[in-house]
Amino acid sequence: MTSSSWQLFSLYGFFIVLLFACGAYCILVTRNMIRSIIGLELLTKAVTLLLIVVGKITGREALTQGLVITIIVIEVVVAATAAGIALWVFRRTDSLDVRSIRNLKG
Amino acid sequence: MNMNIDVMLLVLIILGALWTVMGRSLLKATIALAVTSALVSLVIFRLNSPLAAVFELSVCAGLITAIFVSAISMMRPLTHQEVLAISKARVKRYRYLPVVLVIIGIALILMKARQDFMIMPPPPFSTDVRSLLWNLRRLDLIGQVVILIAGALGIVILFEEKKQNDK
Repeated sequence: MTSSSWQLFSLYGFFIVLLFACGAYCILVTRNMIRSIIGLELLTKAVTLLLIVVGKITGREALTQGLVITIIVIEVVVAATAAGIALWVFRRTDSLDVRSIRNLKG
Repeated sequence: MNMNIDVMLLVLIILGALWTVMGRSLLKATIALAVTSALVSLVIFRLNSPLAAVFELSVCAGLITAIFVSAISMMRPLTHQEVLAISKARVKRYRYLPVVLVIIGIALILMKARQDFMIMPPPPFSTDVRSLLWNLRRLDLIGQVVILIAGALGIVILFEEKKQNDK
């Protein structure tokens, strides 16, 4: 790896780790279902950015773009389905708090 | 490549992510997520991946925001007392996030990573993303279509349930 590509990778890698930490913290701390989906979106953004940076460094932009497009499509389906489930739970329990879902508690 | 603009965009992304996670209102958090997505798409565009940038901007900043806003609009708005109670508990839980980020940042700066990664020679296949998607990754596209159909059916079933409940 040349020094310029290492510089690019370390710069982007630093901020990607911070973005990932934001998303992970959001998922770990929150009890609101919509906020956990938002945390998941932040995690996906970090991974997307990492793939694009690696594609730029290795010269395989086409391959990583194909992967990123797949990720984005799946991300949308996950977000839509999760938002639908959150809405359904809200209609049943009148709350978005994950602690209010106790029907499956053993 | 002018690195200053990239650094500025990356710092803005982190600020947008902090706003998303720590913002009080769910609606504002969703809008902050859209702003973060738009900034990420700018960075992707600057890294020579225009097609992925367009997808990120249109789908992540547009469609996902619309999904979240419509889901939030279907929920009951909180009363003033509920908002006060929730925001007190939230401040306690979220105040550590900037500290955690600073600690991770310092740890990353202090960490001496190895620089001798090997990069494989350029791939023999096409470098055009469209031909690559249709020729090399056909199976993935079939999987994507199946997942899209499954997602659409799942949402239809969830909303069907709501109508039955209303009756």
